[in-house]
Amino acid sequence: MDASLVLIQFLNGMQLGVLLFLLASGLTLTFGIMDFVNLAHGSLYMIGAFFCASLTFWTGSFVWGLLLAIPCTALVGLAVELVVIRHLYARDHLDHVLATFGLILCFDTLTQLVWGPEGISVPLPSWLDGQVTLPGDIVFPTFRLVIILGGLVVAGGLYWLVNHTRLGMLIRAGASNRTMVGALGIDIQTLFTAVFALGAVLAGLAGMLIAPITEASIGMGNEIIITAFVVIIVGGIGSMKGAFIAALMIGLIDTMGRSFLDDLFKLVMSTEAAETSAPAVSAMLIYILMAVILAIRPQGLFPPKVR
Amino acid sequence: MAEVSATGPAGRLSRISVTNGFMLASLVALAVVPVIIYAAGNAFWLDIATRLVVLSIAAVSLNLILGFGGMVSFGHAAYLGIGAYCVGIPTYHALFGEFEMIASNNGFFHIALAVAISALFALIVGAICLRTKGVYFIMITMAFGQMVFYLFVSLEQYGADDGLVITSRSELPGIDTGNPLAFYFLCYGSLLAVLYLVHRIVNSRFGMVIQGAKGNEDRMRSLGYSTYIYRLAAFVIAGAICGYAGALLGNFTSFISPEMMDWAASGELMFMVILGGASSVFGPVIGAAIFLLLEQLLSSFTVHWHLPFGIMLILIVLFVKGGVSGLLDRLGR
Repeated sequence: MDASLVLIQFLNGMQLGVLLFLLASGLTLTFGIMDFVNLAHGSLYMIGAFFCASLTFWTGSFVWGLLLAIPCTALVGLAVELVVIRHLYARDHLDHVLATFGLILCFDTLTQLVWGPEGISVPLPSWLDGQVTLPGDIVFPTFRLVIILGGLVVAGGLYWLVNHTRLGMLIRAGASNRTMVGALGIDIQTLFTAVFALGAVLAGLAGMLIAPITEASIGMGNEIIITAFVVIIVGGIGSMKGAFIAALMIGLIDTMGRSFLDDLFKLVMSTEAAETSAPAVSAMLIYILMAVILAIRPQGLFPPKVR
Repeated sequence: MAEVSATGPAGRLSRISVTNGFMLASLVALAVVPVIIYAAGNAFWLDIATRLVVLSIAAVSLNLILGFGGMVSFGHAAYLGIGAYCVGIPTYHALFGEFEMIASNNGFFHIALAVAISALFALIVGAICLRTKGVYFIMITMAFGQMVFYLFVSLEQYGADDGLVITSRSELPGIDTGNPLAFYFLCYGSLLAVLYLVHRIVNSRFGMVIQGAKGNEDRMRSLGYSTYIYRLAAFVIAGAICGYAGALLGNFTSFISPEMMDWAASGELMFMVILGGASSVFGPVIGAAIFLLLEQLLSSFTVHWHLPFGIMLILIVLFVKGGVSGLLDRLGR
């Protein structure tokens, strides 16, 4: 294990971490404020990626594609909220789960009908497509670095939005006591819609950012959404701070585990045993971490104070 | 059964006769129709019937915790997968050597292994999940289900995500499991046994505690019941039954892949339970039947059958309460 490889994997872990945060922040917002479980959150991530792909080809520029895909994803989020989600807030969580499971099936099939079954790769402009040399002679893809920085900026923006704006005040008030906020004359329905659309945009943004690296593909959201669930469970459902810390933690542990677990195992067992068991253990690593954390703190690391 | 939700003697009588009559008719149909299908040489519909019965067992086991216990487990397909791999892995080693200890084609061994490992996994998962409530419970069961999925995806030796071909069916004395009709009746007999077992559990003192804890946990605790232990026991029983269904499923499909236990599969099991009505022991069988018929019907129109299916799912959640059993109840009223 040499140091620069560890640093590169650390940055890769950070990149996964900020993407997970973008997804988890929307999930935790909708849960914290509306008490709503949205399994279809990953579908918005997928939709964001596909919008970004199409608009990149249409405008000829990834940056324009991304900027235009944001309002498109917001519109999809609004439509979903108005047609389906809005009618479910008063229902129990089982109904949320079933209806949003239905939404996933619809989204996956519709996406396939519109964009075809193949994945679409998204080209990057040349200034983003290269590599940069960081201090310590570490060569790292420029775009991945942009994802990390962009993600951190969005995280900062969310912190400002939630803690220092009027909308953020309403969001926090809504999270601690919905009925009271409504009684004080705030249009709670509009607030819910706005929060849902915000969550949709954040998820879509994560999809747009990952699309040039992987590609936009059907069902891409269904894999990462489970990891995002693990993030908000570990962080404490409804907590923004918890989502941020847990996202980085899970991103780092998952990436590091996949890269270095076999080396670690070789220290204590035979090479052959390490090479068979390491992939299995690293695939389960974040779930084991979740289990351990829940065994100690059933409400996650940072449970919201009021609920 | 319907007794639980009965309000008065008069309503109770008519409702029991409607639901019970329907249940008896369905069970008789399940015993008779496959024989006719088989005699007519229609292997396809016998396959559907076998799948229906196996999935029914899984759905009935999920309903024990979901419908009666209020524990919304979103990782139940994991037990189906575990059960199927408990058939696949020993047969694999019986053919290719290695791991002499578990290499076997013996059906009793497969079933015992499937039930034991599923119960053990349910014990571990349940012990952690049941400390939490509500959304946490849903998401954690889902995450653990997905953990098993990724575990089998990472096991190169057993085919990873390509899956594992199960070369021969479990060998049971007196039953020719290779014969489709004989295998069907093995599954059908299992379904009857499981229905009876769950019926007895639900109506026992134990089952009353589980249902009481669903309705008002604080009250049950103040009555002196350790609800955690009761729930955990129910969770383990449900996992074990579903593991058994998995062993049957592995035998039936002769193939097992991690895809059979990803969270979409768990969602489908939940759909069967809810559609059939979570408040009756027999409901999930109706749910499974409707699910399979829908699947066949919709996929005969279009390869994109998930779209109408998804829309139906949303509409059912929005507009139909209590599933089909609920509808039957209301008809009988």
